[in-house]
Amino acid sequence: MLESFWILLLFPLAGAAVNGLCGKRLPHKLIGLIACGAVLASFLVAALAFVELTGRAADDRLVTVSLFTWIEAGEFVSRAAFLFDPLSAVMILIVTGVGFLIHVYSIGYMHGEDGYYRYFSYLNLFIFMMSLLVLGDNFLVMFVGWEGVGLCSYLLIGYYFKERFAGDAAKKAFVVNRVGDFAFLLGLFLIFREFGSITYLDAFQSVQSSYPGMETGFGILSLITLLLFIGATGKSAQTPLYVWLPDAMAGPTPVSALIHAATMVTAGVYMIARCSPLYSRAPETLLIVAVVGAATALLAALIAIGQRDIKKVLAYSTVSQLGYMFVACGVGAYAAGIFHLMTHAFFKALLFLGSGSVILAMHHQQNIFKMGGLKKYLPYTWGVMLVATLAIAGVPGLSGFFSKDEILWQAFSSPQGHPLIWALGVAVAGLTAFYMFRMLFLTFHGQERIEMGHHDDSHGEDDHSHHDAKPQEPGWSVRGPLGVLAVLSVLGGLVGLPAWLASTNQLHHFLEPSFHYQFVPEAHGEHSHALEMGLAGVTTLIGLMGIFVAYTAYLRRPHLPEQVSQRLSGLYRLIRQKFLVDEAYDAVIIRPTHWLSKNVLWKVFDDGVIDGAVNGTATVVQIWAQQLRKIQNGYVRSYATWILLGTALLFAYFSYFAA
Amino acid sequence: MFDGYLLSLILALPALGAAVLAFLPAENRSLLRNVALAACLAAFAASLLLWTGFDPSTSNMQFVEDHAWFELGGFQARYALGIDGISLFLVLLTTLIMPLCILASTHIKKHLKAYLCSMLALQVGMMGVFIALDLVLFYLFWEVMLIPMYMLIGVWGGQRRIYAAIKFFLYTAAGSLLMLAALITLYQYNVTPNFNIVEITGALSDGRISIPEGTAYWLFLAFFLAFAIKVPLFPFHTWLPDAHVEAPTAGSVILAGVLLKMGTYGLLRFCLPLFPEIALQMEPTISCLAIIAIIYGALVAMVQPDVKKLVAYSSVSHMGLIVLGIFAFNLQALEGATFQMLNHGISTGGLFLLVGMIYDRRHTRLIEDFGGLAQVMPRYAVFFMIITLSSIGLPGLNGFVGEYLTLQGTFLANPVYAAFAATGVILSAVYMLWMYQRVFLGKITGEANRQLADLNLREMAVLMPLVLLALWMGVQSSQFLRPMDASIQKVVDRIEQAREPQSFRVENLGR
Repeated sequence: MLESFWILLLFPLAGAAVNGLCGKRLPHKLIGLIACGAVLASFLVAALAFVELTGRAADDRLVTVSLFTWIEAGEFVSRAAFLFDPLSAVMILIVTGVGFLIHVYSIGYMHGEDGYYRYFSYLNLFIFMMSLLVLGDNFLVMFVGWEGVGLCSYLLIGYYFKERFAGDAAKKAFVVNRVGDFAFLLGLFLIFREFGSITYLDAFQSVQSSYPGMETGFGILSLITLLLFIGATGKSAQTPLYVWLPDAMAGPTPVSALIHAATMVTAGVYMIARCSPLYSRAPETLLIVAVVGAATALLAALIAIGQRDIKKVLAYSTVSQLGYMFVACGVGAYAAGIFHLMTHAFFKALLFLGSGSVILAMHHQQNIFKMGGLKKYLPYTWGVMLVATLAIAGVPGLSGFFSKDEILWQAFSSPQGHPLIWALGVAVAGLTAFYMFRMLFLTFHGQERIEMGHHDDSHGEDDHSHHDAKPQEPGWSVRGPLGVLAVLSVLGGLVGLPAWLASTNQLHHFLEPSFHYQFVPEAHGEHSHALEMGLAGVTTLIGLMGIFVAYTAYLRRPHLPEQVSQRLSGLYRLIRQKFLVDEAYDAVIIRPTHWLSKNVLWKVFDDGVIDGAVNGTATVVQIWAQQLRKIQNGYVRSYATWILLGTALLFAYFSYFAA
Repeated sequence: MFDGYLLSLILALPALGAAVLAFLPAENRSLLRNVALAACLAAFAASLLLWTGFDPSTSNMQFVEDHAWFELGGFQARYALGIDGISLFLVLLTTLIMPLCILASTHIKKHLKAYLCSMLALQVGMMGVFIALDLVLFYLFWEVMLIPMYMLIGVWGGQRRIYAAIKFFLYTAAGSLLMLAALITLYQYNVTPNFNIVEITGALSDGRISIPEGTAYWLFLAFFLAFAIKVPLFPFHTWLPDAHVEAPTAGSVILAGVLLKMGTYGLLRFCLPLFPEIALQMEPTISCLAIIAIIYGALVAMVQPDVKKLVAYSSVSHMGLIVLGIFAFNLQALEGATFQMLNHGISTGGLFLLVGMIYDRRHTRLIEDFGGLAQVMPRYAVFFMIITLSSIGLPGLNGFVGEYLTLQGTFLANPVYAAFAATGVILSAVYMLWMYQRVFLGKITGEANRQLADLNLREMAVLMPLVLLALWMGVQSSQFLRPMDASIQKVVDRIEQAREPQSFRVENLGR
């Protein structure tokens, strides 16, 4: 199976084609079966290939398959070729595994929606594109997946396209991503110019031979990596391009879970890990990555505090957690970034799917201030959401604890790390625990403030439901995936236990071959396990404090938040208004460009100046013609005069020159 | 089969069709249409033989036909035809687009016979431009093509058709006259027995013909202007939006799909190989204009209220990228640009077809008149989406291959140019997706939109080939790029030769 791992690409592609082309005529059950079956098949192939890969010697864990030449012009060659190594193996397992669970969940969640087939076709297409992204053996195949997942994201955010905001959000996502892709493309051009190849292994070997150590100053490597990173800030929603992700919540909730939490948005982290041979030699860029990651983590966590929409809280939380992953990459701890990517995929997918089940039960009410006390009605959902919230809050023993802690430890101890970045990370950990438990308490605990939503469209089962009905737990297809993800959220951390708990970190050990070409700087000084444990203790304490503050503010003294927000009204308003970033972009970039294009370039320059010159020429010619035609007046006497005049002139001319 | 006269056959089939049409009764519209369609399809089928029989290993002209035509005072004009890797696909593009245009012209009722004859005459002219090797013949076709296009806009066009038709005619005629002057001057220096572009290029490169630099400069400029107007390159583009808006659907499709390519084809066939030194000298200026065209065209497209005008300005932007690629002078950029010529024919041709289909139904093209069409016309929305994605260069579709290669090549020549040009990647997504959103997404606006019928079989048959081709070219680009290799390499070599100092010595000796 290992040698033919690439066939896993075919199932979701076929699924997307079948459902997309003839899904309209298929029964809903069959559509769901085809879509889920396709992803399950991919997952099984990936799992088999993974098992075979682990059976090989560590330095032999790499398989490439080339299917055909995609683009070739002179020395430039890009093949449709795929690579299976530990890094892509881990990624593809997450993508197809979590992807499968979310497909199953969607059967229940999307039940009775218009365009059921369309939804599943897009979702399968997404799995195909994401698989291309992580399995490609060169930058261009990655870019196909990179833009392909962007397209699926566009289509799925705009799924409820009758609503204006869905169309707006979809377009915004695509365009903001294109801004990142613009830089990404320039990075690719530069890679080809410098290394003569866009195939990973060729480029990495070339960089290894030409750069034995780190680059000094801001050189070509720093430029390449920075350009690629700008691409990552688009796809992975980092400052300054994160603005599309919160709006992307306009899509169906399972889409938010799959694309905008677990998989697509982590593509930037994967890309940096994949390019670790480049990044590890570009300290200037690494610093930028770490700082942008930390700043984004903090900014998004702050904004999350003020959100009232359950999905928006989770969206900003995702931006913030992605910031952690970039911190990991920025301090050279790529494996730690991938570890957090994995655990985050579990608990954040769970949180989104759990929130979806709440939203479903609440008839599409998403405002957490209109919920409260739902624990009574949705005990199962509450249970799994609690697990996920504990995991993201970093409570010891759960998956999020191990992965987040490793990042923080690396931020503190690695040669590229800095205590300041660690401190920022710890602060974000406290904020995370606070806003997540705020959400949990407001949704499931405390006073019942239930106001059902008004989801008007024909919702098969809901047609006959009354808005005063009690919220109900959804069916098995929704609950099943939640359970599996809950188990993963608890146990997922065990593959990456820290040094003070286990002798080997299995995930690190497994991923090592993928980072073969990376440059490893000398570590300065040994750090003791005691220090690592102590710092973990500090983080845990801060996290628990966050939970305690949320408990006090939203359960014990529900009037406290209001009092605080009144006292700090300026800051509070700024947070509520998301620091006005969208408004600033609108005022500084979008509106001026539009105004300039319309009033200056089009109306003044194109119509006025250029066309004015063209039509002006015509007018001048016409005026001359009008004057000249007066000579042709039809009077014989005037013609005779002209003839006489002409003859006289000719006569004068010849007599003058002949003399 | 047909060896030795295949090109003539492809040229003659539409002419034959037009001749047959002349004898058919004007009332029997469906018969007229079917005859025209059959002629176009036959030409298309014949042109496929060019592809299967094409030898990609050589840069020489293939399927060559060369016969004496007329002699005048020692000057011999020849009927010389041939294609190489550059013109092969332009010929195929022409023969593919034409039957689709005939099929998309069912709404034409007025003077149908004349309309179809004009279309077929246009095809002869366009084909001739791409396959003529003798310069007199080339110029003849170049001019022949003007008249039916003028008629198409002027007779079957919209409200301001006369203004648009005259503007189109005068703009291009000005370019043509410059080219005529340049051809006559070129003839003065010609020492080869024929007036054949291949022979003249060869003689220029091995020094048998030498043109003083000053003269070469003016010749280059005259050719360049003629082609730049056709492209159209900023700032010679203002005839395009008017012509597109007023032309009937098929006219716009041919205009965008094929006619504009004559400009870029001319640059590749004449400006670069004949005057490589001047091309090198002029490159910064031309590249700047091309970059302005890319960004300016996109920005102006963004704010257009009329879909057809939006697509017209997007053409300015896309064609700017092609010109930029041509003047990057390396293999990647030139192949990318040539590939992009085909892409533009498919995606922009497709967009004009799509706009025509909605215009037939609603008799308006203003974006603000639409909204929520995806609910009423789901099939139309899907086709429009795919062609839009092809136009904005989504990887996996054709547009990306051309765009990527062009930009990669441009980057190798000048990274700053590529950085500016690549902003087109962002802007194209902005103007296309914004337009798509306003037309297709959201709530259905207006009662008239509620009643619209979705695409019928005929319309889907028109669009399907383009969609399939977009996908095929996007995945299997090698089948299109390999036949270009040798011919494009020859152009690159010619430029490289001019970069070396000794070739300047030859030039100076000539002076």
